[in-house]
Amino acid sequence: MSQSFVLDGKGIPFEDGQTILQAAGNAGVFIPHLCFHPEFKPHGSCKLCTVKVNGRHTASCTMRAMPGMVVESNTEELNGERRALTQMLFVEGNHFCPSCEKSGNCQLQATAYHLGMMSPHFDHFFPNRAVDASHPEFLLDFNRCILCSLCVRASRDVDGKNVFALSGRGIKTHLIVNAKSGRLADTDFSLADKAASVCPVGVILRKRQGFAVPIGERRFDKAPIEASAKEA
Amino acid sequence: MDAPRKLKVATTSLAGCFGCHMSFLDIDERLFTLLEHIEFDRSPLTDIKHVSPGTDIGIIEGGLCNAENVHVLREFRQNCRILIAIGACAVNGGLPAQRNHLPLPVILEEVYHTSPGLANGLIPNDPELPLPLNKVHPIHEVVKIDYFIPGCPPSGDAIWKVLTDLLAGREPELGHGLMHYD
Ligand code: SF4
Ligand code: SF4
Ligand code: FES
Repeated sequence: MSQSFVLDGKGIPFEDGQTILQAAGNAGVFIPHLCFHPEFKPHGSCKLCTVKVNGRHTASCTMRAMPGMVVESNTEELNGERRALTQMLFVEGNHFCPSCEKSGNCQLQATAYHLGMMSPHFDHFFPNRAVDASHPEFLLDFNRCILCSLCVRASRDVDGKNVFALSGRGIKTHLIVNAKSGRLADTDFSLADKAASVCPVGVILRKRQGFAVPIGERRFDKAPIEASAKEA
Repeated sequence: MDAPRKLKVATTSLAGCFGCHMSFLDIDERLFTLLEHIEFDRSPLTDIKHVSPGTDIGIIEGGLCNAENVHVLREFRQNCRILIAIGACAVNGGLPAQRNHLPLPVILEEVYHTSPGLANGLIPNDPELPLPLNKVHPIHEVVKIDYFIPGCPPSGDAIWKVLTDLLAGREPELGHGLMHYD
C-alpha cells in the first residue's frame, strides 16, 4: 500500500524522498512558492511555501513527506504570513508592474494575486539599483530581483558557467555578475543558457522582445497560478 | 418609507494621470444605476472644491508628489468614512515614483536647465506652486486607506465590483481577471 500524509484534511499519497510541496503538486494541490523550481535542488529561502507540520512551521519545499504527517497549508493564518512576505518582497525592490515586461508572466505578481495582496502595506524602500544593459541580447533589471537564486543554481549546476552569485548578507544581500567589471557583457552568458530562462520575475530579460505578447493575453492572465499546481 | 439616503462620494486625482477616472467612466451606462445610490461631492466631475464633512466614500487616484497632494489627501481622510486608493500610482507610487532614485535638484536642473533646447530656463518658483516632495509616496504611507483597487488603470469592471460590493455591505473582493497590477 502506498504511503500518505494529510494536507488540509485531505489524504496525499507520496513516494519515498518526495517533499511535501512535490507530493502536494502531484496531487494537484497548490502550495505557493517562489524559490522552488522542479528542476533544481530546493533552496528553502523565500519561505512562501511555509506550512505547519504537526503544528510547527516549516518550509514544504525542503521537508520530506512522512507517513501520517498532519499538514496545514491553505489557512487564513498561513496565507496571511505568505501575503506579508510577498508585500516585503514588493517594497524591498522597485516593482512597477505596468512598465515591466514580465507582467502577466511573473510568478511574484501571480502569487500576490493568488494571496489577494491588494496593497504593498509596508513603506517602500525605493532602492537605487542600476540596470545592466551591457549584454547585446539580455538586460538585467536588478530592481526586481527577489534573490531566489534560481539563476545562480542554473548557471552553476546546469550551464557550468557560474555567471551569477548572491553577495552580501541579510538586508544587504544582492545579486552580482561574476566578472571583474561586474557587467554581463564580460561573461560567457548566452541565449542557450538555462539561466537565461529561469528567472521567475522580470530581472533577466531578453532584449527586443518587449510586448511581443500583449498585456492581458499572458500566462497568468489566462489562468491563475494555483491552476499550475502540477508543475511543482 | 423614504428611499435610503444616497451615499456621498468624493474623488480626486493627485499625482496621477486621470486614467483611473477615465476607467471609472468606463462603467458606462452602469453609471446611471450607480447614481441611484450615490451622489458626487468634491470631484473633477462636479468641480466642488472641498470635501464635505460626513462624506461616505473618498476615491483617491495618484500618489503624493507635492505638498498640495498631501493637504488634499488629509482633507479626504478627515471627511470620508471610507477611503479607497485607486490605481497603481495611489497603491505604490506608480510611474511618478520612478523618479525616486534621482535627487530632486538633479531632476529640476535637467528639466529646466540642461535639457537640449532650453535657453536660460528658470526653475519655477511662483509661491502659488506647491513644493515637490523629495520622493513620490503611495498614499497608504501617509494616511490610513481602507480599500485598494490596483491596476494601471483598474478596469471599469474592477471598479464597479468594488463599489457594488461596498454598496451591498460586502467586503470587496477582486477575483482572477479583475485583480491586475498592470
Ligand atoms: S517582476 Fe513581477 S512583480 Fe515585479 S514589476 Fe515585474 S511583473 Fe511586477
Ligand atoms: S535574477 Fe531572477 S532568478 Fe536570479 S536571483 Fe534574482 S529573481 Fe532569482
Ligand atoms: S519555495 Fe520553499 S522556501 Fe522558497
